[in-house]
Amino acid sequence: MRWLRRNIIGIIAVLVLVYLFVPIAVVAVLSFNQPEGKYNVTFNEFSVSAWQNICGVPGVCESFALSIQIGLLATVIATIFGTMIAFALVRYRFRGRDSTNLLIFLPMATPEVVLGSSLLALFLNITFPLGFWAVTIAHIMFIVSFIVVAVKARLQGMDPRLEEASRDLYASPRATFRYVTFPLVLPGILGAALLGFALSFDDFIITFFNAGTMVTFPVYIWGAAQRGIPVQVYALATLVFFLSLVLVLVVQGVNARRRRRLEAAVASS
Amino acid sequence: MSMSSGSSNLGFEVKDLELINLTKRFADFVAVDDLSLTIPAGSFFALLGPSGCGKTTTLRMVAGLEDPTEGQILLGGADLTRLKAYQRPVNTVFQSYALFPHLDVFENVAFGLRRRGIKDVSAAVTAMLELVELGNLSRRKPAQLSGGQQQRVAVARALINHPGVLLLDEPLGALDLKLRRQMQIELKRIQTEVGTSFVHVTHDQEEAMTMADTVAVMNKGRIEQMGAPVEIYDLPRTRFVATFLGQSNEVPGRVTGSSGRDILVDAAGARFAVPAARSAVETGDILVGVRPEKLSISTQGTDIGDGVNAVTGKVIDASFTGVSTQYLVMTSWGGEWMVFEQNHTLGATLRPGDEVIVHWRPEHTFGLAVDSPAVDGLVAESA
Ligand SMILES: Nc1ncnc2c1ncn2[C@@H]1O[C@H](COP(=O)(O)OP(=O)(O)OP(=O)(O)O)[C@@H](O)[C@H]1O
Ligand SMILES: [Mg+2]
Repeated sequence: MRWLRRNIIGIIAVLVLVYLFVPIAVVAVLSFNQPEGKYNVTFNEFSVSAWQNICGVPGVCESFALSIQIGLLATVIATIFGTMIAFALVRYRFRGRDSTNLLIFLPMATPEVVLGSSLLALFLNITFPLGFWAVTIAHIMFIVSFIVVAVKARLQGMDPRLEEASRDLYASPRATFRYVTFPLVLPGILGAALLGFALSFDDFIITFFNAGTMVTFPVYIWGAAQRGIPVQVYALATLVFFLSLVLVLVVQGVNARRRRRLEAAVASS
Repeated sequence: MSMSSGSSNLGFEVKDLELINLTKRFADFVAVDDLSLTIPAGSFFALLGPSGCGKTTTLRMVAGLEDPTEGQILLGGADLTRLKAYQRPVNTVFQSYALFPHLDVFENVAFGLRRRGIKDVSAAVTAMLELVELGNLSRRKPAQLSGGQQQRVAVARALINHPGVLLLDEPLGALDLKLRRQMQIELKRIQTEVGTSFVHVTHDQEEAMTMADTVAVMNKGRIEQMGAPVEIYDLPRTRFVATFLGQSNEVPGRVTGSSGRDILVDAAGARFAVPAARSAVETGDILVGVRPEKLSISTQGTDIGDGVNAVTGKVIDASFTGVSTQYLVMTSWGGEWMVFEQNHTLGATLRPGDEVIVHWRPEHTFGLAVDSPAVDGLVAESA
């Protein structure tokens, strides 16, 4: 009983982790499967053929590349706009500032089905062709909200005296932005951009409404699910997961090393 | 390059700072009220006052971070009033230091030089870090420094630009008492070494008096009194200054005549002599004041001699502090007086309840106008 009390937090943590990672583990395991029928649901026979021939099924890699392309383009454009909007909202008083603050939240709060269908209606009305640009524009719209919110928080949390100190030390407004404000806000912008990219990459609903005949990765998987998902998709998904994992580990490692070096430096003085 | 350049003046051009009718209004609130003063080149000037009296606002106007509503700021005769902060040859040490967290110590210190397009900064930065004794920490980030070290970086970062005047806004406010004493000495040394004017804002009267050549006591956006610490302490001109700078004992009275160079005051059933030159008023109502360490205290009935001012009362508290004993005396008219008595002799200290006579020499007396208010609360907070 006492043992349980002492270890309860650890036990719950392990259970939660298992809950979170079992689905991913299933995908990873099944990516090494040689399925018996067309449904890849029970493990039949170990095989690396999907990994060796990852683009072997027509359309998989094309849709994957397309999603990355849309994700990058939408994120870059949304980050630029979002950052500028955030600066305007925090730094300037202008008419319509409060309503802008509110409107920025709307895309995050509106159900995707509503957004997707109303965008579709809009594009059809103005006879804007569905497909790559329509989807990119739609993604920019909802990513912008996330960027604005993140950068705004970062800017509001910044000590205004830092910029004053910069001005006091002969930095023109432009130099102050370049050497003080921007570097301090950058981590916030990057974090928001990463989130924006992830949202765009796996967006299905809004994309589906506005893609026309174009097939992004989520749309491809959705289509494939009807007929039996090729093992290559499992392999790609696993690949994406491990790439992100490596990225996270590298960032953590760099931080930990920097911290250790800092501590060593502090201790030695 | 090392500090061996030897000159006490490391290439600094020393300049007078002049504030002329400087006023700052926020909406209808007057934060700085028609302030005029001259800070001579090379002086250590302390701006002392209670919270909210407009010290920071004054500094910010000099730095260019706040636009004056009215008035002018001159440095060495040149008008700075219309210049932007980054165009002024003035630098600030901010209260919370405001070091750039993303830059290391070296780059923090080099910041001002780089912004002015100076390419080779390393010799100057190294020399400056030597001056503030931080040479070995140049690659640290601000977050890895102690409060005192951050403080030095802030000073180095400002001083490296050879400002015509250095503004310090409560630079020691965040440090603990011991470090604060140490940094007071340090700052004073640096100021002597570089020779440029320091304008040091503080609400700590002890700090102002120990560090500054000139102290200006500020209240409600105005300068109440300005002068060398010894002068203002010895001869406060307003009740505010008397109570904010040190402690003061007062008795209200009325001027009834004069005798030689003294004016005579009837107060609390006794007669006091106040040197006319030391009194802010010459007729009518007056507050007779004296500092607690100028007082002597004896049991009633003791012969105190002629020609002294004296009040009677009862000891209500006596605290022995080693060097001195501090008595709180309830006077005959109901006021509380503080008496600091040096412990010259052993034993025979007075006890609460003892009837006493408190006396002092007339030349230590000062006269104040009655209408001027005291500091809110009792006395200035001491460090
Ligand atoms: N931007 C502002 N808008 C409105 N009022 C202000 C502004 N800045 C300062 N004040 C007011 O002006 C007065 C003087 O402020 P200031 O910061 O100069 O005081 P201070 O003497 O530095 O006080 P402290 O010792 O607490 O730092 C205060 O009453 C403050 O509320
Ligand atoms: Mg202040």
